[in-house]
Amino acid sequence: MRTITLVAGLLIAPLVLAQAQAPDVLVKNVTTEVVDLISKDKDIRAGDRGKLIQLIEAKVLPHFNFQSMTALAMGASWNKASPEQKRQLTEEFKTLLVRTYASALAAYSEQRFEYRPLRAKPTDTDVTVQVRVIQSGAQPVPIDYSMEKTSGGWKVYDVMVGGVSLVANYRTEFNGTVRNSGIDGLLKNLQSKNRAVTEKK
Amino acid sequence: MKWYGSAGLALALLAGCATSPDADPRDPFEPFNRAVYKFNDVVDEAVARPVATAYRDAVHVQIRDRVRNFFSNIGDVFIGVNNVLQGKFFEGFEDFMRVTFNSTLGIFGIHDVASDMGIEKHNEDFGQTFGRWGAVEGPYLVLPIFGSSTVRDGLGFALDVYTDPLEGVRPINVRNSLAALRLTGTRADLLDASRILEQAALDRYVFQRDAYLQRRRSLVYDGRPPRPRYDDEPVNRESR
Repeated sequence: MRTITLVAGLLIAPLVLAQAQAPDVLVKNVTTEVVDLISKDKDIRAGDRGKLIQLIEAKVLPHFNFQSMTALAMGASWNKASPEQKRQLTEEFKTLLVRTYASALAAYSEQRFEYRPLRAKPTDTDVTVQVRVIQSGAQPVPIDYSMEKTSGGWKVYDVMVGGVSLVANYRTEFNGTVRNSGIDGLLKNLQSKNRAVTEKK
Repeated sequence: MKWYGSAGLALALLAGCATSPDADPRDPFEPFNRAVYKFNDVVDEAVARPVATAYRDAVHVQIRDRVRNFFSNIGDVFIGVNNVLQGKFFEGFEDFMRVTFNSTLGIFGIHDVASDMGIEKHNEDFGQTFGRWGAVEGPYLVLPIFGSSTVRDGLGFALDVYTDPLEGVRPINVRNSLAALRLTGTRADLLDASRILEQAALDRYVFQRDAYLQRRRSLVYDGRPPRPRYDDEPVNRESR
């Protein structure tokens, strides 16, 4: 019996290891890869937003847990939403965040990244990975990724830029909208915001 | 420029009666603030943004870096004073070392040699010092032209302006030109940020206000504020 467990363990181990890449290594690898791809891509540097969003969808999205982000941004209202509403809210919020991320990345111009050592125990399932963006004549900007361990590897559920939590920043707005016009009102708001941005392009 | 802070404050107090019942407790003057916000938007669109965009397009990035460094060096003097006032003597010492190195080796501050030497720039002002001393923020305020603030930070800002080394520069037209250049540079540095804000926010006013309040809180605690409590966090986020 013990042998079987051992053999099974050995077989599964590499798979698990591949999935559970350490969170700080993951952030560093993804950042390096994305910055490298952007600086090599003439279309993106010339302002091709569609291509940049494709790149984000392929390289960055898999490492974010958008459902967690949506749930955190909504707070108590999340539990009042139906499964279908949750699905739609997550989808719309994801679209909004990806586009926001794209406009942030489009502003990137050869700043240097500094990766801080991860302060966490191996057993932790919730960690903060700290990166700093270095610029001349200005205070370095800290970017903190809050990450949780899931069955599919480490996933980001919040990003803090200069001490501003992206998820927390949507809270007041989301709660206010839900209070005034319900969850469907919030969904409509998100949809029309996403549509307005698409049309503007 | 000194009158902006106090004028904003006085107007805000007058507008206190315009509070609506379900207002955000941190922003009792919201109707007034929104009006100033709108006014600032008009000025920004008509003057500040076009000037800043032209500056960014016309002036080479290296020159812009030098302009930023020059004003940043002047700013480091009172960043140091504020660090000392907050009891952070080592940081204050670093700030004065920055000014010393940058003003000499960095040729009047146009090169940030101190950062290259590993002496990092800090972010301090009187608003943060008051916060460190325990002063509460008070209600959120939108100042004309200068934007997001609070009662505490507005008073701090008035003191920042009062102690601004640029204030002493004479003749007046030289001082004004320098102040205009500094404002232009600052706005140019924020061009990307305002584009991101426009993309991110459902309601720009609310988004900017919340970001400002979070940011200031983080700055008062030097990037290590007590973790925000998510009291109403859903128990099981994984479940659909």
